[in-house]
Amino acid sequence: METPRIDSGRIAEVSHGLDRSEVERREKVFSVADLSVSYHGKTALEGVQLDVHRNTVTAFIGPSGCGKSTFIRCFNRMNDLIPGAKVEGTVLYHGEDLYSRDVDAVEIRRRIGMVFQKPNPFPKSIYDNVAFGPRVLGMKGSMDERVEQALRHAALWDEVKGRLKDGALGLSGGQQQRLCIARALAVEPDVILMDEPASALDPISTTRIEDLMHDLKREYTIVIVTHNMQQAARVADMTAFFSVIVEEDGSARRGILVEYDSTTKIFTTPSDRRTEDYVTGRFG
Amino acid sequence: MSADVTVARPAVVALPRKRIRWGEQFVHLILFIAAAISVLTTVGIVLSLLLPALEFFREVSPLDFFTGTTWAPLFLDAQFGVLPLVVGTLMISFWSALVAFPLGLGVAIYLSEYAAPRATAFLKPILEILAAIPTVVLGYFALTFVTPFLRDQVGVQVEIFNALSASLVLGIMLIPTIATLSEDAMAAVPRDLRDGGYALGADKLQVSTRIVVPAAISGIIAAFVLGFSRAVGETMIVLIAAGQLAQITFDPRETVETITAFIGATGNGDVPTGSIEYKTIFAVGLTLFVMTLVMNLISIRLVRKYREVYE
Amino acid sequence: MTVVDGALASGPPRRVWRNRLFQGAMLLCMLVAFGTLAVLLVDTLVTGWPALSSQLLTGLPSTLPEEAGARPAILATLYLGALVLLFSVPIGVLTAVYLEEYANRERWWNRAIEVNIQNLAAVPAIVYGILGLAFIVRGIGVGRVVLAGGLILTLVVLPTVVVSSREAIRAVPDSIRQGAFALGATKWQVVWRQVLPAAIPGIATGSILALSRAVGETAPLIMVGAITYVAFNPTLFGAYTALPVQIYNWTRQPDVDFQTLAAAGAIVLLVIVLTMNAVAIFLRNRYRKQW
Repeated sequence: METPRIDSGRIAEVSHGLDRSEVERREKVFSVADLSVSYHGKTALEGVQLDVHRNTVTAFIGPSGCGKSTFIRCFNRMNDLIPGAKVEGTVLYHGEDLYSRDVDAVEIRRRIGMVFQKPNPFPKSIYDNVAFGPRVLGMKGSMDERVEQALRHAALWDEVKGRLKDGALGLSGGQQQRLCIARALAVEPDVILMDEPASALDPISTTRIEDLMHDLKREYTIVIVTHNMQQAARVADMTAFFSVIVEEDGSARRGILVEYDSTTKIFTTPSDRRTEDYVTGRFG
Repeated sequence: MSADVTVARPAVVALPRKRIRWGEQFVHLILFIAAAISVLTTVGIVLSLLLPALEFFREVSPLDFFTGTTWAPLFLDAQFGVLPLVVGTLMISFWSALVAFPLGLGVAIYLSEYAAPRATAFLKPILEILAAIPTVVLGYFALTFVTPFLRDQVGVQVEIFNALSASLVLGIMLIPTIATLSEDAMAAVPRDLRDGGYALGADKLQVSTRIVVPAAISGIIAAFVLGFSRAVGETMIVLIAAGQLAQITFDPRETVETITAFIGATGNGDVPTGSIEYKTIFAVGLTLFVMTLVMNLISIRLVRKYREVYE
Repeated sequence: MTVVDGALASGPPRRVWRNRLFQGAMLLCMLVAFGTLAVLLVDTLVTGWPALSSQLLTGLPSTLPEEAGARPAILATLYLGALVLLFSVPIGVLTAVYLEEYANRERWWNRAIEVNIQNLAAVPAIVYGILGLAFIVRGIGVGRVVLAGGLILTLVVLPTVVVSSREAIRAVPDSIRQGAFALGATKWQVVWRQVLPAAIPGIATGSILALSRAVGETAPLIMVGAITYVAFNPTLFGAYTALPVQIYNWTRQPDVDFQTLAAAGAIVLLVIVLTMNAVAIFLRNRYRKQW
């Protein structure tokens, strides 16, 4: 291994991540090739290429406006819901084209779940929040057990088990976010996408969510977007750094993928100068 | 503890094939049909006005209709000049506007620039109550209170049925409409504009009249136009209090007949279907519809204009 | 509005007085409006009070004012209200759902539907009466019956229901929809299970206000034949007269006693209408901001 060029003491310990060879031994869940996203003709993201592997945590980092959220929404076809959004290129999910004409986008979202930046529990009871997904999908079996399992998996069960019928909006921010995670878990997904899941939370809640990610990656594949580099360093096995290209006349901005590698590498010996500048705080 | 239900990881099967969700298609269809009902209503209105009106104009020349000064369709020697009705309508609308525009704008300025939030929370519902009074009650009030009041207390020699009483009450009725729309327009004016004025040492009078009102002017005009349109279309107040004497006069103390009053009075009676008198309802109704439609379109256009500027 | 009027407290006297006058003038506008309202309510109450009796509420009309009652009219008004509620709420809410959640704004026909509803909201009520006269009463020939009156009143208030329902639906935060979609729900599931339940308070408020308006409408009912003299209880397919029309007819009688009756009828109508408004305002305040 090269001698680290960066004094990694300035960044939180980068020790949890798997190394690259270990990651690549695992099955590819997503395979993205030459992906571009545009809104009403304006390119937001261009030429992205990367693979996401099973049971890993992959983080997308980069300055604001670089298209990380746009990109993560490609994985569960949430961009379909935005009028004027166009996705070009290939996204393979377990080897099959996710954007093929005869794929049912609605069903996909059961397998590829999402947690949003600002916790968005439904204005219903805690129980009904978690049960919503299984109900609309017509999942059989004991709902009570499903709800309990999901809440346990999201490390929220002990805190709410006595008040499942209470309104979800009465929970604290951190609890609400874990509820949203439980909600996503209840439909038995394969992948969990998290778009800046802890940016609206306090540090203690953030830590709990990060610990949760470590647990969850044993059974699920996790992809997160984060603007907090230290968080990526703490939780991710692989990290992708995105940046922005601004047109010369300042009119248009496009997001691009600059570098994608194991977290350790990105934060200690990045190959690209731009990556180094970003992770050492020289810009962004 | 309940049995540990192992969350089975789905064996990765082929991606779910797209299937036509018949339920969703059905829902979409039902929704479209519901929305189409409003279109059908408009079509119905246009047809129900246009067809009989066209028949009418085959028997009565449009020139006579639109320029004639005598309106006596139910008489033996029938005359079909609609001008008296139009003049009656416009006169009443004019006088009511004279009442409603300044008062409505004043209420709006007060609510927008002067009233404390707690007062507003209390005043706005009262405004809504005023708006909720059924027009038949207002008409009754105009006839049985306002007219005697004008005669006895104020000393104005009004006929029993006169335009003035109706206009006054109609004007009051329009205040909530004008006030709420104007207030919306003024609320949309950004705070910065006001602060800029105050920072220069302007007082509230100046900021309100020289900054806020001009900035909100298109919304305020939209409110006026809409208010005027509602005055033109109002039936019960004029039917009860203004009378049914179709004459061209500009003296509000006299009895007049508006378009709406004529329609209301004639449509109720036993006018035989298909007769010329029956068809006058539609010809006159068409005139009314076109007048209000034009005003409404202008108002909508103005509202869009001020919304674009600030939102 | 939280600006400190420091400039007014101390300043050239003419300026201070100008401002006080202006403020006074604006306040006066409010007072005139509310004062008139108060006078109207008091006058109606005072005039109609003598005739307010159980006779009025439960009796049948008569040519003798002492014996006249408004039971058929009151019942018909209640039936009409029920019909309006029954028709206008589903159609209005579904239209609102279509426009807010399903319609692609770029298609011209959807924009046309929107503009159309805005226009319909401003069409004078009597024009709806003409529509009713042409099609329902004489055209299709359902006749001068309660059902016809209910249908026409529905059309009159439908645009209002659509507009207020749209606002209620729009007020539901988009994050809720996103969260539901992300779980694999279909569009209708999102609307039916998340959006509409969250929008119910707003929809209810708007519907009740629309209903209160429908109940007070007179002109369209006159046109579709709410007949003058009805001395029996109304049925769906029978002749009828409604309370506002009854008031109108009493107003037209020269006999002063009928004027008193009209005022009494007006009191009853006001009670009905204002109660509905109060309920709507209460609902609106109670469910003001849940998120």
